[in-house]
Amino acid sequence: MSTDSPGFDPAAPYRLNPRVALRPEPFGALAYHFGTRKLSFLKAPALVELVRDLEAHPTVLAAVDHLAAPEKDRYLRALATLAETDMIVPA
Amino acid sequence: MKLVDQFKKGLSAPICLTWEWTYACNLSCTHCLSSSGRRDPKELTTAEIKAVIDELQRMQVFYVNIGGGEPTVRPDFWELMHYAVTHDVGVKFSTNGLRITPLRARQLVATDYVDVQISLDGATREVNDAVRGPGSYDTAIAAMANLADAGFAGFKVSVVMTRQNVPQLGEFKAIADRYGAQLRITRLRPSGRGADVWDDLHPTQGQQRQIYDWLVRHGDNVLTGDSFFHLNALGSTSLPGLNLCGAGRVVCLIDPVGDVYACPFAIHDAFLAGNVREAGFGRVWRESPLFAQLREPQSAGACASCGEYDACQGGCMAAKFFTGLPLAGPDPECVKGNAPTTGLAIPAQGKDHSHRKRVALGMPSVPAKPCDPSPLAVR
Ligand code: SF4
Ligand code: SF4
Repeated sequence: MSTDSPGFDPAAPYRLNPRVALRPEPFGALAYHFGTRKLSFLKAPALVELVRDLEAHPTVLAAVDHLAAPEKDRYLRALATLAETDMIVPA
Repeated sequence: MKLVDQFKKGLSAPICLTWEWTYACNLSCTHCLSSSGRRDPKELTTAEIKAVIDELQRMQVFYVNIGGGEPTVRPDFWELMHYAVTHDVGVKFSTNGLRITPLRARQLVATDYVDVQISLDGATREVNDAVRGPGSYDTAIAAMANLADAGFAGFKVSVVMTRQNVPQLGEFKAIADRYGAQLRITRLRPSGRGADVWDDLHPTQGQQRQIYDWLVRHGDNVLTGDSFFHLNALGSTSLPGLNLCGAGRVVCLIDPVGDVYACPFAIHDAFLAGNVREAGFGRVWRESPLFAQLREPQSAGACASCGEYDACQGGCMAAKFFTGLPLAGPDPECVKGNAPTTGLAIPAQGKDHSHRKRVALGMPSVPAKPCDPSPLAVR
């Protein structure tokens, strides 16, 4: 899966889909999409924070800007997957 | 840490909550996991069920598997279903099809967050009715036709695999396809009346191989409630789903009288964690000593020397318990044939609501890709 998969544009603003609820868990959070009924597991507290704060940033890239290179790529890939599964949506 | 290891330590709330709303049932399936038949006079009232739904909403339990008995025989069933889905608690309910009329089917299509699971244990009338009783095949098929006609796409057809129906796997798939449904196959457990018929109904070793091979080929489109993980010891391809016993960790049962058990297949005092009437569900989930113990690392027992333990995890706790096997050690259907077969003391079943004359149900699912370095796992 690549970060430039059609549909996901890290240069654009995104936010958590209002139909998605995040349930805090010891490992991070469980995300449930009330529309697709899909469950995802955000396996890092930092990813949960990132997703929650997404809409405070002008672009996705700005939201991950503080991360170092390997981390940043992993989180961008995770966000691309979340966009593909409609968990996050263009703001 | 791997997600599956996180799951072993328990979650803030279950992922896979089965909630049986009544012990009453119009049928008397020979393998019923909850020995259902007659209503229990102490069953939770409408108000009590709504109070638990409110609590589940607060705990963010996003969906529940409603079963029984036959849940739709409760006169307040539709009211409760509506209450749940309007409180962010989605409902998947298991039914033998009894009340799925054309009108109800149309109402169900129009309701968000509801899924329906029709139980069928034979692809032919003969095989099904031998276990589920006369007329039950026709009832299930009529319900499927009503759902399909109403445009309910992707409802579930749920099959408990038995020695008699393993040869019908392809036919089950064809039936599900015919009605635009999704097939779900689950493992028979020696729970409830299932204990009485276990020796005659549980699949042979050869059939276990057949199920495994079939799932490896068709698994992507077939649900299993992640119930066949003990078959992972048969090959290098891991079946999709969660590879562990979730009892008390991500799985649990609320029974019709409000008792909370570690797993729907474990209705027995040994697995009773508390009652929702006393303290609510959340306190039982978070504070029960039994659940705390199940969330501790478990001993592999005699499985420790088996090379397949990582893949198979020693199988199903309930299956071991109700066949008199130690919980640390091989499953009664251990594919390596390592389960002891002699000198076993079979425990009595916990509750019996069987019809007095003498004359059914399954588990939900969770994801996990072990060793996945991504900070995300998508179901
Ligand atoms: S006891 Fe068996 S059925 Fe229950 S969660 Fe464990 S493996 Fe699954
Ligand atoms: S010995 Fe235990 S771990 Fe090995 S296959 Fe049998 S049940 Fe699974």
